[in-house]
Amino acid sequence: MIEFNFVTVLEQWPMLLRGLGLTVTLTAISAVLGALLGTACAWARLHGGSVLKRVVGAYVELVRNTPFIIQLFFIFFGLPSLGLRLSVEVACVLAMVFNLGAYACEIVRAGLQTTPRGQLEAAMSLALTPWQTFSRVVLPPALARIWPALVSQIIIVMLGSAVCGQISAEELSQAANLISSRTFRSFESYIIVTAIYLLLAIALRQLLYWVGPRFIFSSR
Amino acid sequence: MVQFSLWDIFTFLLGALRWTAALSLIAFIGGGLAGMGLLMLRFTKLRGVGTAVAWYVQIFQGTPLLMQLFLVYFGLALLGMDASPLVAAAICLTLYASAYLTEIWRGCVNAIPKGQWEASTSLALTYPQQMRYVILPQALRVGIAPTVGFLVQIIKGTALASVIGFVELTKAGQMISNATYQPFLAYTFVGLLYFALCFPLSWWSQRLENRRLA
Repeated sequence: MIEFNFVTVLEQWPMLLRGLGLTVTLTAISAVLGALLGTACAWARLHGGSVLKRVVGAYVELVRNTPFIIQLFFIFFGLPSLGLRLSVEVACVLAMVFNLGAYACEIVRAGLQTTPRGQLEAAMSLALTPWQTFSRVVLPPALARIWPALVSQIIIVMLGSAVCGQISAEELSQAANLISSRTFRSFESYIIVTAIYLLLAIALRQLLYWVGPRFIFSSR
Repeated sequence: MVQFSLWDIFTFLLGALRWTAALSLIAFIGGGLAGMGLLMLRFTKLRGVGTAVAWYVQIFQGTPLLMQLFLVYFGLALLGMDASPLVAAAICLTLYASAYLTEIWRGCVNAIPKGQWEASTSLALTYPQQMRYVILPQALRVGIAPTVGFLVQIIKGTALASVIGFVELTKAGQMISNATYQPFLAYTFVGLLYFALCFPLSWWSQRLENRRLA
């Protein structure tokens, strides 16, 4: 009979809590920066010069067609040989921001492209500057349209941050690794941490669905 | 000290790429079959069955693939099976793919107009017949592009099998990086190989989608 011992694992709760803290912090920073980067890239792909369009397009395709773990290893292990040495946490944030940026670019672009022509004409006839048109007329409804997709992508990036433990960032999955080697209760450690990730994913979706309409693309 | 030429590195990585491709294919085919079964269960009228499938999907989509890999790896050991990293990774990725494919295909089935269900019910088709002859052939046309797109996600997912010690492309890259002290070179090569594998599929998926919408 298999015996489970969850108590031994739960006794290590300070470690779990610290790990959770870092996972949430990494996710929060990279969600904000990644969404901004994605929006900037989406703008560039639609309105930028031909060189800029190509550069952004190449970036998007490179990120979307390679695994996150390779992007992370490239930034953390590869870049130091070019003289760019980063701390573990900075490397994680950079990898997550660049990863989310590429996916967010395509998501936001889809939203921007479906702006009805009449909206642009109306903005023009009101003598709004191109920046005003983009930030006040085009972007908020576009974000409202693609919000569910963007939220899903942010959650995917949050879950992807589990890989950051592989460069020994002490986030949630690394806490599981440490607890597992400390207590020899591997399965229980990973079950508990997986459950925390599941709750985190559900909570994050609810939070972002609440935040979005109120603060990011409020209809006022 | 042994020196590795660029050609040595490249051929070593190419050899490992076969394992990435093999693992992806196992997961894609296994996940496709299991996903199709789950899809049939998802739309039955049996109480609780559809909800159970929805939870299965939620669990796989709401937890990191890395944790799923560890759970399967240590779970099999707990059951007394001495599973190799390949077996554990194949089982885990198959389950993972089945959850995602079920969800993708559910969206496609939902895109079929309700009248098709009603018409086939009024023709006294049984549920399997309805699915087989009416719903799935139409859903397939919607579903092929996102399914090809998901194959890219599986290929990228196999990179995590390196963490439980399966030697595929990512693990091979780590080995090269450790042996040559040239991580920049190693991970650039590995990244490009993944790109070479995934980009054509992404491109194809996009083209299928555009052609369907056109």
